[in-house]
Amino acid sequence: MTDMPLVRTSREEIEVYRFGPIISVLIPLLALVTQAFVPVKVRSFAIFDLPLLVTIFFAVARRSQMAGMLTGAVIGLVQDALTHQAIGLYGVAKTVVGYGASSLGVRIDVENPGTRLLVTSGFYLVHQAVYFLVARNVLGIAVEWLWVRTLLAAVLNGLVATVLFGLLDRFKHST
Amino acid sequence: MENFFTRYRNAGILVLLLFAQVVGLAVQVRRTSESGSTSLIRFWVVSAITPLEKALVNTNQGVRNVWRNYFYLRGVRRENRELKEQIERLRIEQVRLSEDAAQARRLQALLGFKEQYIAQTVAAQVIGSSGSDQSHVVYIDKGSNDGIKPDMAVITPDGIVGKVLRVVHSSAQVLLINDPSSGVGAILQSSRLQGILQGTAAGEVMLRYVMSDEKVAPGDQVLTSGGDRIFPKGLPVGSVEQTNPGSDLFLNIRVKPAADLSRLEEVLVVSKVVENTPSTAEPSAPLRAADILAERLPSVPPKPATVPATGTAASPTTATKPSAATSNGATGANNAGMRPSAPAAVPSQARAAGAMSGEAAPDNAAKKPAGKPAATAPAVGTVSVTRGAATKPAAVKPVASKPAASGDATKPKAIDSAGQPANPATQPSPGEEGPR
Repeated sequence: MTDMPLVRTSREEIEVYRFGPIISVLIPLLALVTQAFVPVKVRSFAIFDLPLLVTIFFAVARRSQMAGMLTGAVIGLVQDALTHQAIGLYGVAKTVVGYGASSLGVRIDVENPGTRLLVTSGFYLVHQAVYFLVARNVLGIAVEWLWVRTLLAAVLNGLVATVLFGLLDRFKHST
Repeated sequence: MENFFTRYRNAGILVLLLFAQVVGLAVQVRRTSESGSTSLIRFWVVSAITPLEKALVNTNQGVRNVWRNYFYLRGVRRENRELKEQIERLRIEQVRLSEDAAQARRLQALLGFKEQYIAQTVAAQVIGSSGSDQSHVVYIDKGSNDGIKPDMAVITPDGIVGKVLRVVHSSAQVLLINDPSSGVGAILQSSRLQGILQGTAAGEVMLRYVMSDEKVAPGDQVLTSGGDRIFPKGLPVGSVEQTNPGSDLFLNIRVKPAADLSRLEEVLVVSKVVENTPSTAEPSAPLRAADILAERLPSVPPKPATVPATGTAASPTTATKPSAATSNGATGANNAGMRPSAPAAVPSQARAAGAMSGEAAPDNAAKKPAGKPAATAPAVGTVSVTRGAATKPAAVKPVASKPAASGDATKPKAIDSAGQPANPATQPSPGEEGPR
């Protein structure tokens, strides 16, 4: 499971979930396709990051650091391939988030909507910060850190996550 | 020791994973062109994602078409009436503009300008995007199978959109003009100031490198300058939205793109741009007697040419260009002030002459089907040559210091009233003088 010490406050906190192989592939794929398709019709949809939300969901539910960072790396690299930038920017950011989310998942209760909102908003900020640092320092891209926009996006992604995670909960099985 | 590795195994793997990706990024930065492995990843991902997007777009469009074409027909009659009125207005405007264009071409010819025009476009549908605010790219449903290549310009009827960045078999990635890594040569229509159009991280379009002591007003139109060798000159880019003095020597000019980049559905990929030098005028060339007579005599009604089509349909842009087969510099310059009495009759005959003489000029007007209404190709400089030939009385021998040689379509040619080249035997010999 994990090597992290568990803080058991209830039975649900240490519940480890698993997903069927089809779900494990289909949900990230659906998130990537939706993320690529919808902004063509509604440009402002690009403020959301569905692949990031799916990464957080799988990482928190599986509570395995290894699975979390691998899921994040794969989803991030695929997302990179759809952009025109170098491959690895989203890969690095989502690997960090996958590892962090799975580590957090074994420490706190992440089943209630309030926690999900806070956790997702927080990891969105972490994701953006890692992306910003790598883009600026490794690739030398002149990206701008827009505080208002980033904070707004973090809250909006957190709100979407509470709804999305509720839907995705139906696909998880207890071990 | 073993305990240490067991304890920090996951953290170690995380570090390795991050290190591998950062090294991969560094390698990509160092290489100017994309390496095989990264292009392979892109190829796989794009090949996997774009068919799903295409299916979504097609389904969406199918449902929308059924709704719009069969159910939601409210206001169609009114719209039809308005469109007809608009066509009438545009026809009148076209006549005026075509004369202006002809005059401009003559002036360009005198100045030896090289002009570019769009010879061929491929219509494509936007099927997806990067899904990221950091990367302003879209995917279109046409790829290398359809003749799309990198660095082709992508436009809409409203204005420019971007350029093709990467191509796979059935789709292509288009970098939009509002991406920070994009750059387009632009010119302000009124002041003719040149600058470079660049995107920002927020998705805005800025015109850079215009000196701060210049006057640029909001609303000024911005066009492509053609300096980037991707977009042909003169395409609409947008209008100036806001101007601020920059921190350096240049102005910060925000441009509102003419094309709605946030709602792109169909685009045109410019697959062929032709660069052409307009025919130069020969002021010293003698005036043909037939031309003078043709001006005084009533014109002959047009006869439809029967020459088969020799190429693909030309784009509207090319239709207004003078055919190389008909652009006689001498008559074009000398008859600058002449107004054609029957402009519709001439271009088809002239095209026939060009086509039959084996003319391979890059002008699509010469390739257009001869049966096409000739009113779409008005050319003042053209008219005088061919009309003169068409109305030439049998007894009149025109002055022709340069007899038309086969294949040399830039010289005047005798064409009979049916649009066929006249018998070379009847051509006037050099120096032979006709009545004046």
